[in-house]
Amino acid sequence: MNLEFSNKKISGILSVVPSHCVKFLDEIDNYGFSREKCLNLQKVMRFNERRIVEGNECGSDLALFGLEYLIAHGKLKKDEISALILITQTPDHFMPPTSSILHGKLGLGEEVLCFDINQGCTGYLYGLLQSFMLLESSLKGKVVLLNCDTLSRRACPQDRNIYPLIGDAGAITIVENTDDNNEISLNIKTDGTRSHWLIIPAGGFRMPSSEKTREVKTLPDGNRRSDDDFYMNGAEIFTFIMTDVPAEMKEFFQSTSLKMEEIDYFMFHQPNRFILDKLAKKAQIPEEKMPSNVVEKFGNSSSASIPVAICHNINQIILKKKLNICMVGFGVGLSWGTLTMSVGPLDFCELIEK
Amino acid sequence: MNNLNAILDILKQIRPEFNFAESKDFINEGLLDSFDIVTVVSKLEEQFGISIDGEDVTPENLKNLATLEDFIRRYLDKNES
Repeated sequence: MNLEFSNKKISGILSVVPSHCVKFLDEIDNYGFSREKCLNLQKVMRFNERRIVEGNECGSDLALFGLEYLIAHGKLKKDEISALILITQTPDHFMPPTSSILHGKLGLGEEVLCFDINQGCTGYLYGLLQSFMLLESSLKGKVVLLNCDTLSRRACPQDRNIYPLIGDAGAITIVENTDDNNEISLNIKTDGTRSHWLIIPAGGFRMPSSEKTREVKTLPDGNRRSDDDFYMNGAEIFTFIMTDVPAEMKEFFQSTSLKMEEIDYFMFHQPNRFILDKLAKKAQIPEEKMPSNVVEKFGNSSSASIPVAICHNINQIILKKKLNICMVGFGVGLSWGTLTMSVGPLDFCELIEK
Repeated sequence: MNNLNAILDILKQIRPEFNFAESKDFINEGLLDSFDIVTVVSKLEEQFGISIDGEDVTPENLKNLATLEDFIRRYLDKNES
């Protein structure tokens, strides 16, 4: 679906990562591979370190920490907030919405609209889409978009297809109206027939969590996980990313006024460096325009990975000048999409640790 | 070493516990997981001096020894032409 917006802007981005840092080389005994094989995998995927939460810490804790940081530093005022949109796959509870919990903890007014959206690696685009749509209405003030996930808590530490990739993070993006005619183009696609390729099978109402679903099993390929854990059909997801994503991008740029050559930075969701290198080559994007260094430093933090990539790589530039940014998300759903807009100079763009 | 033996050698290095020569479907029979696939692709690129397009890294091309050999042959032919 192609959507166009104008007179909207991102005015600030804050990313929050847990201070708890784990290193791939410290975890290799979990994966049942030889050390030599793990080192080879590290070379190909550039695994190094990542940030994950400890104990029962939730995505909303990262978001709350960031919101309080912004308020304490005068970068966001409570009475400016008109809406909290929270994108997560790891809510505090099934009910109430996690955005409502944050609303209560922040002490926001009754007029502030709150809702959660269950989305993954395309979630930054979904969140911006919802923000723009709200701002098209009579809503006044700022929309606070929160992308936060702690999927490390739902990945089996012995699943080498998932666990070495996963990072946890929260991101806060302030979206508001502007008099500038900032043309925004967005295209998002969905294919629910492949939704079982990225799934946490148990723990919902279709397959409630039980002793049986919590049992960690050894699979034919040697990996281990339970039905309560995050599962990825890695081979098929790889094919999906390499075929559907570049095809959608090509279609997108055929219909948008902003051309690929005019894009200053391509900020992709960050699954791993191997995939991003292949995608950049396929889409003919120069390496220097497409950062791919997030997984080796922080891990793949689902819908927060695009703001983390922005804060980690181009914060000093985007604080000072306007950039044409292309954002590309792909993952759970399956869903995938592309968004182009001008971003900057931002009021803040920072990555902090909790 | 011919192409087939070189491919088999790479596969054995990655998963010495499996008999790849007898498998008809490496992925569905559980001989290769997704990180193995990444390692296989990287080793094939190194061994044959080719750069494999991401869109060609499909379960069909990596299904068994015959499909892999055919896959590599296509790349080598492309490089020669």
